[in-house]
Amino acid sequence: MTTKLVIENLKNKPMRSLLSFLLIGVPVTLILTLQGLATGMLRDAKDRARGVGADIMVRASSTTLAMTASADSVPEKYLPYFRNEVPHVKLAMGVMNQSIDFPLYITGIDQDQFNAMSGGFTYLAGHGLRGPDDILVDELYARQKKLQIGATVSLKNHQWHLVGIIEGGKLARVVVPLRTLQQVAGNGGPYVTQIYLKLDDPANTDAVVRYIEENTGLKVNTMDEITALYSVNNIPGLSEFIYVVMGIGVVIGFAVVCLSMYMAVLQRTREIGILKALGGSRSFILRIILAEALVLAIGGTVLGILMSFGAWWLIRTLVPSSLPMTIVPLWWPIAGGITLVGATLGALYPGLSAARHDPIEALAYE
Amino acid sequence: MNNGCIIETRDLRKTYRVGKVDVPALRGVDLRVKPGEFLAIVGPSGSGKSTLFHIIGGLTPPTSGQVEVDGQDLASLTDGGRTRLRKRTVGFVFQKFNLLPNLTARDNIAVARYISGAKGPPGPQFEEVLRVLGIDQRLDHKPNALSGGEQQRVAIARAIVNHPAILLADEPTGNLDTENSRAVLEILRDLNQRLGQTILMITHNPEAAAFAHRTIRMRDGRVME
Repeated sequence: MTTKLVIENLKNKPMRSLLSFLLIGVPVTLILTLQGLATGMLRDAKDRARGVGADIMVRASSTTLAMTASADSVPEKYLPYFRNEVPHVKLAMGVMNQSIDFPLYITGIDQDQFNAMSGGFTYLAGHGLRGPDDILVDELYARQKKLQIGATVSLKNHQWHLVGIIEGGKLARVVVPLRTLQQVAGNGGPYVTQIYLKLDDPANTDAVVRYIEENTGLKVNTMDEITALYSVNNIPGLSEFIYVVMGIGVVIGFAVVCLSMYMAVLQRTREIGILKALGGSRSFILRIILAEALVLAIGGTVLGILMSFGAWWLIRTLVPSSLPMTIVPLWWPIAGGITLVGATLGALYPGLSAARHDPIEALAYE
Repeated sequence: MNNGCIIETRDLRKTYRVGKVDVPALRGVDLRVKPGEFLAIVGPSGSGKSTLFHIIGGLTPPTSGQVEVDGQDLASLTDGGRTRLRKRTVGFVFQKFNLLPNLTARDNIAVARYISGAKGPPGPQFEEVLRVLGIDQRLDHKPNALSGGEQQRVAIARAIVNHPAILLADEPTGNLDTENSRAVLEILRDLNQRLGQTILMITHNPEAAAFAHRTIRMRDGRVME
C-alpha cells in the first residue's frame, strides 16, 4: 500500500516528478560522463602505448608521465648507444610529441623504425609517410576534423599533406616525419621526447632497465609499468576532481529532493492529516515521504544513466578523437548510491516535518 | 468510570493558546454514551462540538478532566496511544469527506485497513455493507469521479472497515444536497440498527439530529442537555 500511495502521488504531479527525475539525473550523468572520460582517455592512452610493441620506454629524468608527451629533452645520440652498446636491445626508436589541440599531440616518427618495432599502421585509406610534409591521422581524428586524403592540414604553423588514414590504437592519432617535426619545433638539436626499446627477449627487461639506469641519467620504465601508470589515481588531481563532482552530486540530490518533498508535503498537508486521522503513525508518514524520495532517486539514477549514453553519443559524434569516452557500468551503482544518500538526507527534514503535523491543523488545511 | 458506557467524560476541559491568549473551547463537559447508541450533538459554531469530537477521537489531548473511550483513559494516553486509538477504536466521517484524492474508492478503504494492520480483504460481510451503501459498483473510481453523496458513502465505508467501537461523524451531511443527506443519514441509522454501531454525530441540522436516539446541545463549551 505504501508503494501504491507513493506511485499515485508521483503520477498525480507528473511535471514535478519528471523535473525531480531530471534534476537528480543531471549529477548522475555528470559523474558517469566524467568517470567515462577519465577511463576512456586512460584506456586509449594505454592501448596506444601497448600498440607500439616496445618493452621499455626511456625519457628524460625530469619528465613525469603526465609531461611525457610534450617534454623533449632526450638527445637523439642515445639511439645508436642503445642499439650498439646496451645488451639485448634489438630495436630503438625515438619519437617526438608536440601538443596541438588539448589533449591531442602530433607525433614525429621514423616510419621504417616504427614499422620494424610495431608491425606498422593499418591503413584505412592512403599510404604511409613518404614525403617530409606528409601526415597520417587516425580514423577518429579524421572524422572529428572531417579530413579526407589529399587535404592540407595546418598544425604547428606548418602545412601538412594528408596521405593516410590509419586505424587507431598504435602510438598516436596524428603522425608526421620525425625530422620535419624536429625542424618545426625548432628545439635546436636532434632531440626526441621518448625512446622506445624492443629487446631480443622480454625476459631481459629488468636487466636492461637496471643497466640503463646505472649508465645514463635517464628515466627508464618497462611498458608494463607505463601502462600500469595510466590509472585515475596516477593523474594528479583527477581523483580529487571526481570526488568534488561526487560531492556536488550529493548536494544537488539533497537540494532537489529536499525542495521537491518539502513542496509535496505542503501540497499534501490535508492528506497527511487524513492518514493521521486513520491512525497513521509518525513513522508511517515518514516512511511514505522517504519511500517517495527513494523512488525519485532511483528514477533520477536511471534517467542519469540513460543521459550518460546520450553524452557518450554526443562526444563520440562531435569529438571522438579528443575525448574518447567509455560507458562505465561499474560506476552505475556508485552514482546511484551517491544519489540515494543525497535523496535520503534531503527527504529527512520534509519527512520529519510531515510526521510532526498536528492532525487537526492538517485536516483544516485548504 | 465506565458504568456500562463506551464514552464517558467528566469535567472535560480544553483550552487553546492563540498567540498570547488562552481560548477555552470546553469548560467542563460531562457526557455518557452507551454502546450502540446513536447520539447527535448540536450547537452553534464555537460551542465546542468539534473540540469534543477531536478529543474523543484522539486527535488532540484534553487540557484537564477525565475522558474514557472504550475503556481507555485518553487523558493519560501518549501521542502513540492516541494513534492506536484512531487506528482501532474510532472511525471518522468528515463534512468534507476527506478521501485521498489520488486513490480509488477501493484503495481509500484499503488504506484504512492497511494502517490498522489488518491482513487481506475485509471479507464477504463488508461486501454486503458496500452493497447497502450503494458503492459496490463505484469502487474503482477516484474521488473526483464520484458525486458528493458517493464520496461520503465511501468515507463511511472507510470509517467502519476496521469495525471500530465508535463512529464519529462531523457534519456528515454538511456538503450534501437534501436527497444525498437523507441517504447518508439513513445509512448511519441502518449501521446503528443492523450492526449496533455506536455513532456520535455533530450537526447543525435539526432534521439530521432527528435520526439519532438522543440529542445533546452544546453552548459556550458546555453541554446544555
